[in-house]
Amino acid sequence: MSAAAPSRAMPRKAGSTIPVLVITALIMAAWYAACLPMNNDLPQLARVTGLAERYQVSWALERPVLPAPHQIVAELYNSTVGTRLFRQTADGMVLNPRNLVFHAWITLSATLLGFAMGSLLGIVIAIGIVHSRTLSKSLMPWVIISQTIPILAVAPIVIVALGSVGLTGLVPKAIISAYLCFFPVAIGMVKGLLSPDTMQLDLMRTYNGSTVQTFWKLRWPAAVPFLFASLKVAVTISLVGAIVGELPTGAQAGLGARLLSGSYFGQTIQIWSALLLAALLAALLVVAVTLAERLTLKAMGSRP
Amino acid sequence: MSEATLDRPEAQASRGHDAAGGVIDIRDLSLTFQTADGPVYALSHVDLAVRKGEFISFIGPSGCGKTTLLRVIADLEQASSGTISVNGLTPEQARLNRQYGYVFQAPALYPWRTIEKNVMLPLEVFGMSRAEQQARARKYLALVNLAGFEQKFPWQLSGGMQQRASIARALSFDPQLLLMDEPFGALDEIVRDKLNEQLLRLWAETRKTVIFVTHSIPEAVFLSTRIVVMSPRPGRIIDIIECDLGDNRTLDIRETPRFLAIAQRVREGLRAGHSYDD
Ligand SMILES: Nc1ncnc2c1ncn2[C@@H]1O[C@H](COP(=O)(O)OP(=O)(O)O)[C@@H](O)[C@H]1O
Ligand SMILES: [Mg+2]
Repeated sequence: MSAAAPSRAMPRKAGSTIPVLVITALIMAAWYAACLPMNNDLPQLARVTGLAERYQVSWALERPVLPAPHQIVAELYNSTVGTRLFRQTADGMVLNPRNLVFHAWITLSATLLGFAMGSLLGIVIAIGIVHSRTLSKSLMPWVIISQTIPILAVAPIVIVALGSVGLTGLVPKAIISAYLCFFPVAIGMVKGLLSPDTMQLDLMRTYNGSTVQTFWKLRWPAAVPFLFASLKVAVTISLVGAIVGELPTGAQAGLGARLLSGSYFGQTIQIWSALLLAALLAALLVVAVTLAERLTLKAMGSRP
Repeated sequence: MSEATLDRPEAQASRGHDAAGGVIDIRDLSLTFQTADGPVYALSHVDLAVRKGEFISFIGPSGCGKTTLLRVIADLEQASSGTISVNGLTPEQARLNRQYGYVFQAPALYPWRTIEKNVMLPLEVFGMSRAEQQARARKYLALVNLAGFEQKFPWQLSGGMQQRASIARALSFDPQLLLMDEPFGALDEIVRDKLNEQLLRLWAETRKTVIFVTHSIPEAVFLSTRIVVMSPRPGRIIDIIECDLGDNRTLDIRETPRFLAIAQRVREGLRAGHSYDD
């Protein structure tokens, strides 16, 4: 019953910067070193001799198998900062589809909507499971089964089915996100809502507190640390869900669409830069949830 | 002062079932836990009457059913047989009417609430006005010497202070019956002595009926007006000892012959209880 509460974000230790930098440098070195062998078969390299020259060429190819990191960063820069953000249309200023920010926003909006719906669903399911034996018995198997079906199989079905009833764009993608992210929230919240110990529960009983009072004054606050731990997982897989939701229809917009069109046209640098932006977005989302967690737990008197 | 012996009929007499103004009346109460390893006979044929204003201690080795008996009184556990009344009501009715305050073995403060908010918890549940809640929290925190700690969170307080806060919480709605399950069991002896004195002063001021579980003989003798000695397997009462040390007790009383004599009798009771099993 008294499952240990999820540990809070580890305080940043002084001196952890240097190991991180060392690891990053090692990865970068390996990456640059791998560029030549990976791209070795490309025609541009056929007539180049000398190792230094071959490497130089391999780091500057237009459609490499493996682009060099600086190429990806440059592409990311050019397609965001280096491109006009807004475009004048008949309806006024809109985000420019040539700018990667446009695509990031399309994906982010589906991610956030799906994250909100999925988290809410997860919380509602957990409350049901914790308070009703019947629900616990009937719902739990479905919750588990839902996650054994691969999302790549479900996504096209959802997109096509919803498309046939006229739902396209944001909502179907959000639904796929929600489908993925409700699960960790439901599991975490069941654990959290059951985390109060017998004494804390008995205390409420001696006051003749109602189920609703016990929920709001005990179970819910006790579950908050568990909720945030789940939300951190949920928010990243929401992003995965949104991107996966953009793949099956050959969508025109979104990071998923960029990945798809990039691979269709062999634009590896575009793929990688979309990938990098997706990773940055995921990091940003996790940081946002972590920040919300810190503030909330601080207000709830947790030990600093 | 009729002193009970191990002799059953006499013991029965001192349990004073006839006494008017009884707060708790337990007759032939047994409780068996059905567990995977078979039945556990936690309480067996318990008879006990508690009068208003008494300070009763349950003492006995661990596992003898002290907590279980307290929980039956609090309607946190149901007896298998026998009868029990609390203020003339069933334990359930008494609980629904919030007639007792319960102090657990651990402070059981809610870590996300400040000390003040913890004391206000029962008052919130009862739907008291905000102003009244705050006034009472302040009053009872002062009573347990925690004035000035209202806005602290539990982890910022020592174990003894936390347990005092939990006592303030139990007192906050002014129940006439206080059930305390080894409240000072986890504290060191110096803190415990101090809290014992405070508790005694509190009891003298409020004249609440207190049922106090302990496994410390000096603590039981120092605090109680009567001591209920229990023994395990099956949990039962083997002696009830009057503890007539008067009202204004100080810690010095522990050196007096009267105190030592009562303590000796409790010790003999506990030893007798053991010889039944071993
Ligand atoms: N919920 C329970 N289920 C099964 N056995 C229990 C339960 N509660 C207590 N017991 C058993 O009942 C006996 C009395 O326990 P308890 O009242 O806690 O003793 P004490 O408080 O005197 O140490 C012990 O043997 C204990 O293991
Ligand atoms: Mg106990």
